[in-house]
Amino acid sequence: MAPVTVGIAVDIHEKRYPGHAGAEPVTALRSLQARVAPSEFCVITGPSGCGKTTLLNIIAGLDRDFAGTLSFAPSDGGVPRVGYVFQSPRLLPWRTVRENVALVRPRHADKTELDGLLTDVGVADMADAYPAQLSGGMARRAALARAFAIAPDLLLMDEPFLSLDAAAADRLRRLLLRLVSARPATVLFVTHDLAEAVELADRVLVVSPAPGRVVAEMPIVLPRDRRRDCDTLAALRTELARLAGHPIEPDPSADPIAIP
Amino acid sequence: MARFRVALAERTASLLVLLVAWEAAARWARSRLFPGPGSVLTTIVDEAVHGGLLHDLGATLSRVAVAFALAMVIGTVLGIAMARSRAIDTLLDSSIVLLLNLPALVIAVLLYIWLGLTEAAAIAAVTFSKLPTVVVTLREGARTLDRDLADMAQSFRLGFWRTFRHVTLPQLSPFFLVASRTGLALIWKIVLVVELLGRPDGIGYAIQVFFQLFDVRRLIAYALAFVAVVLAVEWGVLQPLERRLARWRR
Repeated sequence: MAPVTVGIAVDIHEKRYPGHAGAEPVTALRSLQARVAPSEFCVITGPSGCGKTTLLNIIAGLDRDFAGTLSFAPSDGGVPRVGYVFQSPRLLPWRTVRENVALVRPRHADKTELDGLLTDVGVADMADAYPAQLSGGMARRAALARAFAIAPDLLLMDEPFLSLDAAAADRLRRLLLRLVSARPATVLFVTHDLAEAVELADRVLVVSPAPGRVVAEMPIVLPRDRRRDCDTLAALRTELARLAGHPIEPDPSADPIAIP
Repeated sequence: MARFRVALAERTASLLVLLVAWEAAARWARSRLFPGPGSVLTTIVDEAVHGGLLHDLGATLSRVAVAFALAMVIGTVLGIAMARSRAIDTLLDSSIVLLLNLPALVIAVLLYIWLGLTEAAAIAAVTFSKLPTVVVTLREGARTLDRDLADMAQSFRLGFWRTFRHVTLPQLSPFFLVASRTGLALIWKIVLVVELLGRPDGIGYAIQVFFQLFDVRRLIAYALAFVAVVLAVEWGVLQPLERRLARWRR
């Protein structure tokens, strides 16, 4: 079966959260338009609370309470298979790593394929462990394996490498690029980290503070292996920060490019 | 294994203390109304082989099993429904509170009057006595269900049954276990009262007969046989189940 990747067209007039206990309702997104091409690696960045996670939940179909439209191309392909990597790994604590990954696959799916995937992602040794026994990095690897286990057309990733040390995050980024090149999928990747954005993206979308909308975009055509060069990276980051028009780095002391 | 042997030795020792004290008290009392452990044990064997012990025990256990199953299933469904829907919760809450505070004896007498002295009335009485605690416990459990995991299940399209089995049920299992335990403890006691009031067999009925005959030896024999079964269920079923369900916890 040839992999079919999907394009996305999302056009949100408004997304509001009802206020709790008499508080004012909060508008998370307004007039947000975005097009993502099939097989594109699209990174979304923006300040905290600008509605990036809300946008992913809408595209995942978890949140249907919004004014606007969402469509996938090719439209005859039905609903795309979505692999979602959440901000926290969201593994079932009462199932082993293998069971967690196997759960999302079709009931009679090939077992050797599953073992191959667990090996690729580097959790094969921990396959029979429960999530409580895993390190943060291992749990994130398992969540990544689960998202790839369904052979996704569309991969949604919400700051998937947050709270990992720089070296571990770096390894996982390379793993992700390897997996995506082995099995093409359209990727929507949310991050605060501009260096990460520059390293991964085909295109970066910058979202404004709430109510969020796309205020800038920057295609990155440079081959990925040349982006690791510090000067290029710094130039792209500066350009991106300028496009964003406001500081979106949460903490300059945690600057990932300062680490060799 | 070594720990298990120590536990077994301790248990045996404490049982021995009980038996010796009982025997001593019986010898000191020297009364037909206070038989010793030896004569009670032979009565158990005798009643099991020649008497009605096994029949009565079977009747009581099948009532317990049916009422327990009914109360757990209906209670779980109602509990989850009440946690999910504010409307259902509002409509049923008063009934649950009323049932929770109605003595089991009242429920049994009323049902016997309305339905006659039937098996259905007996089982309904036990079921209704236990139902509200199951509802309240499972409602509490269903309210704490993790929204994030439900989103995960939905985004990966696990479907209703797989979500229920792998995501919802494991979160409810501690509550389910608490409901089973407190529920069984309650049922063991209520079922005897219900049998005593209006059934022609079962341990509760037998105890009433022996009470009228002042046959303390048989009375204790039947009660002990019943307690042995309760403990067997506790140690043989509930505790292993609890360990199995808690495997993933560190």
